[in-house]
Amino acid sequence: MSDGATFDEMWGHDATLRDPYRGFHDWFAEEDPARLRAKQREAEEIFRLTGITFNVYGRAEAEERLIPFDIIPRIISGHEWSKLSRGIEQRVRAINAFLHDIYHNREIVKAGRLPESMIAGNEAYLPQMIGVQPPGGVYTHIVGIDLVRTGPGEFFVLEDNARTPSGVSYMLENRETMLQMFPELFSQNRVRPVQNYPLDLRRSLAACAPGGTSGKPVVAVLTPGIFNSAYYEHAFLADQMGVELVEGHDLRVVDGRVAMRTTRGYTPVDVLYRRVDDDFLDPLNFNPDSALGIPGIMDVYRAGGITIANAPGTGISDDKAIYSYMPDIVEFYTGERPLLQNVPTWRCSQPDDLAYVLDNLADLVVKEVHGSGGYGMLIGPTASKKEISEFRRKLKARPGNYIAQPTLSLSTVPIFARSGLAPRHVDLRPFVLVNPNGVKITPGGLTRVALKKGSLVVNSSQGGGTKDTWVLEE
Amino acid sequence: MLGKTAGGLFWMYRYLERAENTARLIEAGQRIALTRLEAGDAEWTSILQSAGVKGAFDRENDTVTRDAAVDWMLRSRANPSSVLSCIESARHNARLVRTALTGEVWAATNAAYMRIRENLARKVSERDLPDVLREIRQHTSLVRGMTHGTMLRNEIYDFVRLGTFLERADNTARILDVKYYVLLPSVSAVGTSLDNVQWETILRAVSARGGFRMEYGAGGGPAEITEFLVLNKRMPRSLAFCVDKLRSNLHYLHKGIDGQLPSLAMVDHLERQYLSHDIAAVFECGLHQFIEEILGQLSRIARQVEIDFRFYE
Repeated sequence: MSDGATFDEMWGHDATLRDPYRGFHDWFAEEDPARLRAKQREAEEIFRLTGITFNVYGRAEAEERLIPFDIIPRIISGHEWSKLSRGIEQRVRAINAFLHDIYHNREIVKAGRLPESMIAGNEAYLPQMIGVQPPGGVYTHIVGIDLVRTGPGEFFVLEDNARTPSGVSYMLENRETMLQMFPELFSQNRVRPVQNYPLDLRRSLAACAPGGTSGKPVVAVLTPGIFNSAYYEHAFLADQMGVELVEGHDLRVVDGRVAMRTTRGYTPVDVLYRRVDDDFLDPLNFNPDSALGIPGIMDVYRAGGITIANAPGTGISDDKAIYSYMPDIVEFYTGERPLLQNVPTWRCSQPDDLAYVLDNLADLVVKEVHGSGGYGMLIGPTASKKEISEFRRKLKARPGNYIAQPTLSLSTVPIFARSGLAPRHVDLRPFVLVNPNGVKITPGGLTRVALKKGSLVVNSSQGGGTKDTWVLEE
Repeated sequence: MLGKTAGGLFWMYRYLERAENTARLIEAGQRIALTRLEAGDAEWTSILQSAGVKGAFDRENDTVTRDAAVDWMLRSRANPSSVLSCIESARHNARLVRTALTGEVWAATNAAYMRIRENLARKVSERDLPDVLREIRQHTSLVRGMTHGTMLRNEIYDFVRLGTFLERADNTARILDVKYYVLLPSVSAVGTSLDNVQWETILRAVSARGGFRMEYGAGGGPAEITEFLVLNKRMPRSLAFCVDKLRSNLHYLHKGIDGQLPSLAMVDHLERQYLSHDIAAVFECGLHQFIEEILGQLSRIARQVEIDFRFYE
């Protein structure tokens, strides 16, 4: 089950069943593989019927695709989880403090802990946000922290998603599907529920409403529209929260407020959970060609007339170049040692680092600073010579555009393969809600799994799948 | 609720209703073609007309044949009113208004889309046609049933009903419009009962044979059929029934709105002026003119609903 070097979350380093998986293992041993195979197909049917699909960019023939779902849960003990969540909370608090600082006094730059150029020269930095006080002082209302694991207690943050993290609908639907298919598993194991997320989200957003909002705040979800790859999730969240799902053309600025066009006229919105990038938010203030945005929303925002979640300009905190400074950032704002480790990162903008990266391309993972979704990256150990030499050219042309990291030996969790259980690499994205009253982390998250044997790329756009993620009661 | 959502619901249910009506028309055409002895595809011309797709069909086809007509109405993407196009549009609108639907309604709509699309992926043979048509009606009925059984009776439901009954009234009126001459008392058809093929086409096209028998027994001629389809308030596809539903749903929507609701005023007018008399008055006015007038008013009402509830701006 395990090759010794890789840590398997079910079998450890040495093929000894780990505690959290005990209950599951007993159940699995008694199960008829043929029944499980039928269940695997049933899961797919459930997903197809519910319409949990995503659109792959640049693939016309596959307008809607399913993300493959694997029925073997990924199980985390209560103890592991509470340790993790302390680290996540610390990190998220630091990110919010960092954002407030760089859009106000820039103490971190003055203290010499972060070079000025990392901010001023950064595409994700929004000068329009300088001096703006977001309602409740919250910048990142919803955060998804991508974690990977290499050993029993060793977790690393791979990426902070502080703009518009997606995938939470899979966390919820995966659980829903498992509950439908294997109810007995949930009476035998004490799995902490994730189903409160939509209501928690609604409460958390409402708690961030602009000062002076009277009565129940009006919350709405802003989507780029039905053709966006995550449209299903936008509709799902709006539905589960019981709020309106709006597009840019449903909104306009009326009497200094952002209002939505209802059947009875325009109704002001207090909190807008936007799933539209900064650049497309307001054609008057940002990209003038954007048809997705609301002309003038930034002016209303700056005047305190609406809460935008997440705040514009938060992208700078999950930028991959800033990432390498995260240990300093956490320490600077919390005064504590970071509880979660960063993956060691070479900044190709620095000549020494670049030289090292160029010499060791075959062993490194190289990523675009602003890239996401697994596009535009190089995985040295599995890349062909041609790919490596192409990347070498790109690196030399725009070194500042890249960072590099060692290839970690990511942990594996079994999937239900044709031959039975087979280990595959995974990552984990827990979802975090922030409001002025505190930070809330849903016990669970999205586990993405690389379905191809040996593959390290878990992104759904690159053939990854998902699993239900269990956090057990302590 | 959002104006866009109201519009999406309205159109989702119009398309569902249209898909079902088209399937019913094809069924009626097929049945008549099979029970008639003389050769030829004459019946399909009037079926295409009743579906309101004859003009577009003629631009793409030289002659009307059974195969071409069935394929055009069932699965042509060039025909926005084909069953396939309608189901795709209904599902597209359902995705747009996903937050206004219950999970059950959404799942039923999605299931309808997946199944019907699969069935219509290839040309449907004459042998498979009955099953395919039955499945279309079963699936659209499931969506309607889920809607009825799980949706709150709030303004969302009102827009659902407005779309359904506008489309249905339009459909019934169109069938009458194409076949009005068969129903004129001056034309003394040979048959005196339901064995008249033309009358049967009409009743079958609106699933009204059984209901008609219950109301009129074994008798009943053109005047009764007309009365049944225009004025009968218990017949769920009659003009009076559909318009009554339009009025009551607009009436609910009107509550809490100050001032007049133009679309409601138009429906009131239509009801008072055209659907409150007896059938003799209808024939006196001229059946053809009468139907044309109702069709015109229905389409003006649909446009006014869009404006009154800010579907688009």
